[in-house]
Amino acid sequence: MSRPVPSHPALEAVGLRKRFGKSTALDGFDLRVAAGTVHGLLGPNGAGKTTAVRCLTTLTDLDEGTAAIDGIDVRRDPAAVRERIGLVGQFHAVDEALTARQNLMLFARLSGLSKPRARTRADQLLESFALTDAASRAVSGFSGGMRRRLDIASSLVLTPAILFLDEPTTGLDPRGRATVWQAVREVAALGTTVLLTTQLLDEADQLADRVSVMDHGRVIAEGTPTDLKRRLGGDRITGRFAVGDLDRAAAVVAAAVDSEASVDRDALSVTVEVVDGSAALAPIVRALDADGLLVEDLSLRRPTLDEVFLHLTGAPSPVEPIEPTGPTGPTGPTGPTEPAERRAEPALPAGPAGVADPAASDLEAR
Amino acid sequence: MTTTPSSITAPAGLRDRRSNALREGWLIAGRDLLHWVREPWGLVFGLAFNIMLILLFGFLFGGAIEVPGGGDYIAFLLPGMFALTMLFGLEGTMTAMAEDAKRGITDRFRSLPISSASVALGRALADLANSALSLAVLMVGGLLIGWRPTTGPAEIALGIALLLWLRFALLWLGIFLGLSFRGTGATTAVQVLVWPVGFLSTVFVSAETMPGWLGVITTWNPVSATATAARELFGNPTGVTSGWMAENAVLAASAWPLVITLVFLPLTATAYRHLRR
Repeated sequence: MSRPVPSHPALEAVGLRKRFGKSTALDGFDLRVAAGTVHGLLGPNGAGKTTAVRCLTTLTDLDEGTAAIDGIDVRRDPAAVRERIGLVGQFHAVDEALTARQNLMLFARLSGLSKPRARTRADQLLESFALTDAASRAVSGFSGGMRRRLDIASSLVLTPAILFLDEPTTGLDPRGRATVWQAVREVAALGTTVLLTTQLLDEADQLADRVSVMDHGRVIAEGTPTDLKRRLGGDRITGRFAVGDLDRAAAVVAAAVDSEASVDRDALSVTVEVVDGSAALAPIVRALDADGLLVEDLSLRRPTLDEVFLHLTGAPSPVEPIEPTGPTGPTGPTGPTEPAERRAEPALPAGPAGVADPAASDLEAR
Repeated sequence: MTTTPSSITAPAGLRDRRSNALREGWLIAGRDLLHWVREPWGLVFGLAFNIMLILLFGFLFGGAIEVPGGGDYIAFLLPGMFALTMLFGLEGTMTAMAEDAKRGITDRFRSLPISSASVALGRALADLANSALSLAVLMVGGLLIGWRPTTGPAEIALGIALLLWLRFALLWLGIFLGLSFRGTGATTAVQVLVWPVGFLSTVFVSAETMPGWLGVITTWNPVSATATAARELFGNPTGVTSGWMAENAVLAASAWPLVITLVFLPLTATAYRHLRR
């Protein structure tokens, strides 16, 4: 990778605000993405992730705030910004009727390449994204993962200073998701800066160097995935034991990972929270074994997005209704909010991609 | 997946050209031409629909319709059908625009370093080509069932030009509607608009056979103006024996599309800008 390290961040946004009619999509959004890193923007549906991406990629005008891509102001010089970005939106924005190669040729030629160069570039990208065998087939017959890879390839005709991926794996099956993750890792390994939005904690954990957690149109927490997990109490390891062993098991497990264990006498289980679950498993097993304790079931669980939001805002994630978890009011650290407004979406005329119904895009993807 | 570093990263200085709306519009239009080649059935059924209408009206109803001022009904009908086809093209323009917006393809174009005019320009070029092809097929079909232009090449060429001029004007209306109203209801709304405009015209029957007030509306319909001008220029019966339109159909067929263009071209540009709101 020969890109010289620039003195400015790949992306810097300060105080972005955007309203659609009565709903506020961005409300003081700040973000800084260092060149050469993968940054995850994590948040529930309706948090403003897509609006943020659309404003940063010049598709939607900002009401307030300043944003710069590769040092270039988004509002002052949108044309220059468009030369430096790649955008993979929530939809598979490739032409269904055309072949993979025809799609890449079209985007390459629109990016200013001559016909022979566009052909060479298309072939390179087809190979990079494992699409050479399918190059002459119509995209309508592609799997979701293949379409997404073609979509990503189409955004990389000119190496962008920053590649935006808006929920790149929404609607994909696990296999499609794995191939897209692999593609993102390879793009990132070559030094392309990536900003990816996701609703999945695991996805951010897998791909991102840093993560910003977003809610109500602003970033409410930022850090490396490990930082965030530490703040959230990290992973949960739960073991089930015979009823007479419970208290002794709790003491042994707690000592093994130097943490506090909680005992659930109804479920006959002992749970500890640890920063790195996979690293803690072995010491726990060894300690239990040394003590002669028989564990009936041992499970490792990462905090869910709901738990992230419970920790960060004191309110359940608005992704979907969850079981009431006690007297948790709608008032969290971010101030008083009406739960009904948490789902506020940008008004419709802003563009269909900006208000994509996740269920609809699920259908599209299959 | 195996990846070689050199292939994901574009070589430096890959761009050969600066942004140029005409080139980009042509490339975007080329996408539609590829659609015709790859999925020709949509195109074939579109053309078959026009031919079916000619056969239905020409032979099923034609015998019962008399053309004021005399003349063969098939000769009267065909230029009207040409004009109607230009009007019906509106639906395709709007649907294609709305579909691209819905699928995120418009957004992808908008995120590329291309001229902001090229998306609309591409749609316009593709649809004009499509309509020119439809017109050619209809003319050949017409010749097969006995329609004959009886004037010289200059008049015939002007007649064809006026037909495409109407289509050109309606492009901007279609692109404007496609950019402004999305969702499934929009296409239905355009059909509701297009069919009365198509039938409240002199495409199928002369305005002189209608009650007075209806005749006035029908005569002043832009589609009627183009149909009457085309009949005149092809040397076919016009069904117009008196009044301003009898003398000035070519003027009306030139002016109406100009008015439509002057209204909707700026509105199209505004609607495109408003995508950013």
